[in-house]
Amino acid sequence: MERRTISRRNLLSLGIGAGAAAALAACGSDGPSGGGEANTGGGSGGGASYWFLTGQPGEGIRSNTVKRWNDAHADKKIAQTTFQNDAYKTKIKTALGAGQAPTIIWGWGGGGLKSWVEAGQVEDLTSWFSENAAVKDRLFPSSFGAATVDGKIYAMPAETVAPIVLFYNKDAFAKIGAQPPQSWGEIMALVPRFNAEKIAPFSLGGQSLWTNMMWLEFLYDRIGGSEVFQAVFDGQKDAWNNPASIQALTEMQKLIKANGFNKGFASVTADSNADQALLYTGRAAMMLHGTWTYGGMKADGGDFVSGGKLGWMNFPPVEGGKGDPSNTVGNPGQYLAISAKATAAEKDVAKAFFKEAVLSDAENKEWIESGSVPIVKGTESAIGASKDAEFLKFVYETASKAKVFQQSWDQALSPTAAEALLDNIGKLFQLDITPQQFAQNMNQVIGK
Amino acid sequence: MTTVAPPTVRVKKGSTTSSGGRSGAVAWMVLPALFMFIAFGIIPLLGVLFLSFTQWNGIGEIRPAGFDSWRAVLSDPGLPHALWVTFLIMALSWLVQTPLSILIGVFLAAHKRYRGLLAVLYFIPLLLSSAAIAITYKFLLDPNFGLGPGLGSDLLTQDWLGNGTLALGVVIFVVSWQFIPFHSLIYQGGVRQIPLSMYEAAEIDGAGRVRKFFSITLPQLKYTIITSSTLMVVGSLTFFDLIFVLTAGGPGDATRVLALDMYQTGFRANLMGPASAIAVILVLVGLVLALLLRRLGGGSSGDSQLEGA
Repeated sequence: MERRTISRRNLLSLGIGAGAAAALAACGSDGPSGGGEANTGGGSGGGASYWFLTGQPGEGIRSNTVKRWNDAHADKKIAQTTFQNDAYKTKIKTALGAGQAPTIIWGWGGGGLKSWVEAGQVEDLTSWFSENAAVKDRLFPSSFGAATVDGKIYAMPAETVAPIVLFYNKDAFAKIGAQPPQSWGEIMALVPRFNAEKIAPFSLGGQSLWTNMMWLEFLYDRIGGSEVFQAVFDGQKDAWNNPASIQALTEMQKLIKANGFNKGFASVTADSNADQALLYTGRAAMMLHGTWTYGGMKADGGDFVSGGKLGWMNFPPVEGGKGDPSNTVGNPGQYLAISAKATAAEKDVAKAFFKEAVLSDAENKEWIESGSVPIVKGTESAIGASKDAEFLKFVYETASKAKVFQQSWDQALSPTAAEALLDNIGKLFQLDITPQQFAQNMNQVIGK
Repeated sequence: MTTVAPPTVRVKKGSTTSSGGRSGAVAWMVLPALFMFIAFGIIPLLGVLFLSFTQWNGIGEIRPAGFDSWRAVLSDPGLPHALWVTFLIMALSWLVQTPLSILIGVFLAAHKRYRGLLAVLYFIPLLLSSAAIAITYKFLLDPNFGLGPGLGSDLLTQDWLGNGTLALGVVIFVVSWQFIPFHSLIYQGGVRQIPLSMYEAAEIDGAGRVRKFFSITLPQLKYTIITSSTLMVVGSLTFFDLIFVLTAGGPGDATRVLALDMYQTGFRANLMGPASAIAVILVLVGLVLALLLRRLGGGSSGDSQLEGA
């Protein structure tokens, strides 16, 4: 359900791990477990505990940061435990409910964080940030939106910014002698041309559902502007009935009916990276996806990335639409919260860790090397010197110049509304429901 | 797990009288099982029943909510749909599994060396976890990089998990593939209990292989069929891991069974109240089905199956 912030390399081993872990988590058990090192109970010996996600390169970079901290602070060690992505969201919820959460809780901010805040499970960091203004000022201001609930900051933004962008295969465009689309109309015109050459116009891992959601996020923004979803987020009654909303949903179904996506897209999951494989093998011409897929395509796609065959751009405008074409959607960052149940000593260790170790220069360097942009200001020169300078500059500019950086819908909304959203998106893409039915179903969960 | 008394054909003539008198002395033997059942069966069930009358997001405080959850669940069009999908998978997987399991069981019951080897091969799916099976099938059925495109076969290159009807078929196929070995094992045991004298008598009367199967083997397997069917039917209510990994209930909600609906409602949407109400419904459906099946075969369970033997 959540954005992958990491590139996935090994298709098979990851898939097996993912499924097995998800199934295990579903069976439910108590307390911490998993492949972490040292103790996981937290708090012993004046240290703290920290749970985060597996999956390279993020896992390695997170572990290195913890290791650097532990090497420098032998008396305040942080014990880490790692979890697979989908399993983690359920796991952390159960642990919070049972009062067994770690000191430092890795998360996606937004609606999920809000539900933790409402349950009184996470520490208010507002005053800490005003005392430590330097920590706050060095980060992208846009990253704080998803960490803020009712005007108070409850999490430390961390790691990288990951907007959703339109990737394309230059060879596929050369084959049909076309240019990358500059508008929605051009997209629709390209669809039959690619299909005639037996190339899928767009690659989509539709079983994951949040992949489909990225399309709606852009269509809503480009057609009606960022206000349309903002009204939903603010809980306005019948906000999904907005004419722009219906138009966006109608355009979406038009593209599906025109065979705009790879055949059988509803069978494909993003976890297996099969959607990326379609693009780099030339079986699909374009793919709307998070910038984290760049690393995966670079690792698995042979000379696809290094040979300059991968192109990228922001989502083009829709004719007559109100949205600002500089707007983007995606992950404005990842978020580290502190458990309200932790002891004062543990909280102090966590705060010191945020201040000294999180997004340190050493960590930033590792993120940039992995092909991501850390949410820290002033990394332009480091980015310029990297092997992926061109792509990273594009990401940096897309993220920093966006008028509105909309957090992914399923993370911005409450878990209840997000589940209903993904459920209805699945049906919309199967053409099981009409745009009107979609709006009607979604109106029922507004504000829930 | 529901238990149904196995067929009593094993009882040797002359020893039947002692069983009644012995039950008093061994009654304490049920205590450990009873304790486990109460601790891990009854108490959680009461907890779920209680939660179904509350409002809880899983991490906050639990607030009483009266019949709100029940009203929400019962008025949700997703519930009849999930019930229907559950029923479809139950009925169709029973229809596929039972005849095949009986045939394989009968085949394996004969004492021949090569059949022992085949038996080992047949039982392999039983050793694998559902999650591993689901992931393997997911890769095999991938429309772009799976078995079909790999072999260049158009027939195998379908939108297996992306088309509602096909996805349901795939689920039933994989479920059957996984559980037929288990049920074959039960039938194999059942067939081996049938006295050879019955077959010898039939042969003297001139019965052929098919006639022997329908007139002796099948009727003698009556209670084995009921046992195996109960396990299949009640077990199919709890299919979760396989479907969760294989299709996640999709496409749309084509394979969203009741157990999956409960999980999504509780752990994805944070609505523990309605999820508990679904869980209670699941328990009730399971109970009713188990009782029905027991009624089917239970009434005459004391009768001898060996009349004429």
